[in-house]
Amino acid sequence: MNGDQMMRAHSASLPAPQFDNPAWVTPIALSKARVAIVTSAALYAAGDEAFTAGDTGYRLINRDRRDLVLGHWSPNFDQMGVKMDLNVVYPIDRLEELAAQGVIGSVAPRHISFAGNQPDDVSTIRLDTGPSAAAQLRQDGVDVIILTPV
Amino acid sequence: MSVLAHIFEAAGIATVVLSSVREVAQKVAPPRALHCEFPLGRPLGIPNDVEFQTDVLLRAFALLKEESGPVLTDHPVQIEVDDQPVSCAIPPRYDASLPPSVDEARGIRNAYNRALDRRGFTSVGRAITADEVPNALAVFHAIAVGTDWASVEIPGGNVMAVCHDIRTYYEEAALELIDGPAPGGRAMENWFFESTEAGKTVLAARTAMKDGGAKFPVWFYMAPGNR
Repeated sequence: MNGDQMMRAHSASLPAPQFDNPAWVTPIALSKARVAIVTSAALYAAGDEAFTAGDTGYRLINRDRRDLVLGHWSPNFDQMGVKMDLNVVYPIDRLEELAAQGVIGSVAPRHISFAGNQPDDVSTIRLDTGPSAAAQLRQDGVDVIILTPV
Repeated sequence: MSVLAHIFEAAGIATVVLSSVREVAQKVAPPRALHCEFPLGRPLGIPNDVEFQTDVLLRAFALLKEESGPVLTDHPVQIEVDDQPVSCAIPPRYDASLPPSVDEARGIRNAYNRALDRRGFTSVGRAITADEVPNALAVFHAIAVGTDWASVEIPGGNVMAVCHDIRTYYEEAALELIDGPAPGGRAMENWFFESTEAGKTVLAARTAMKDGGAKFPVWFYMAPGNR
């Protein structure tokens, strides 16, 4: 079993949080929508606060930053892809291109990074930092979020 | 990610998840998910492939047109990890009086410096700096050849963080030592743990610490779980 197979089997075996009556938002047309990235790669702008082990918080990343440190604590995923090309985790240049082509309305001024290695119940994210991050993005007029996992 | 999708949607923002573990996306059932069976750590699939990455995004955004959910679809392409180490030069022995990993870490320093100059930032530094990598390897070498791990001071104090910094130092140096298309998922990890003296030293120290009674979280996370 290779590392990815092991991690996928492990993740699949964990109990999953349940969401009763989940919300459903019908977005405006993509060509008018402001799009933000939320990743769980624990990326943060160089010089910003690093992620601690088990960090349940998030970091805001300004649209123009590309000097992003990989702050993820897990050794169990490929770390070279993002070092060769940030966009394989955080597709900010792809969004800029899609905005220039008119496919999406605009790129959000700030994006968000969490750490993927979380306590299994993710209660802090559900009750505290997740809603806080949502409020930040609403403040920026974000209509659509693309979530990229690590 | 699927959990966050529910939270953002409840706050009034539409979401699309790029799923990496299909069973999790099925169980947590975010409103819209595109499952991408790509190497973990590469949710957009292929580094430096603009066309492929754009295709992933467009397939994800297409789910925004669905009128109800949850929606879970699969990207038609599956990408396997690479089982082989990437071909990457390792410096020859220079100072035979040093442990091989220490000699090696010194030998790739110029490559690391070039990567740092070109990129302008580094992910080394969680516990130790690049300057401290050779000494950290000397400590792990000592543990690997029989020194009681509990009797030595681990540079930086946090074993997991030190191992991250050593591996990252090597991987960033390797950015300057390989050419051609981006290596496949885990090919660089394979290179570090199977081809370099540093990787072998970390694994040997990990085994010694496990056998020497170190607590599970201390030794286990020194390397990927399947090693």
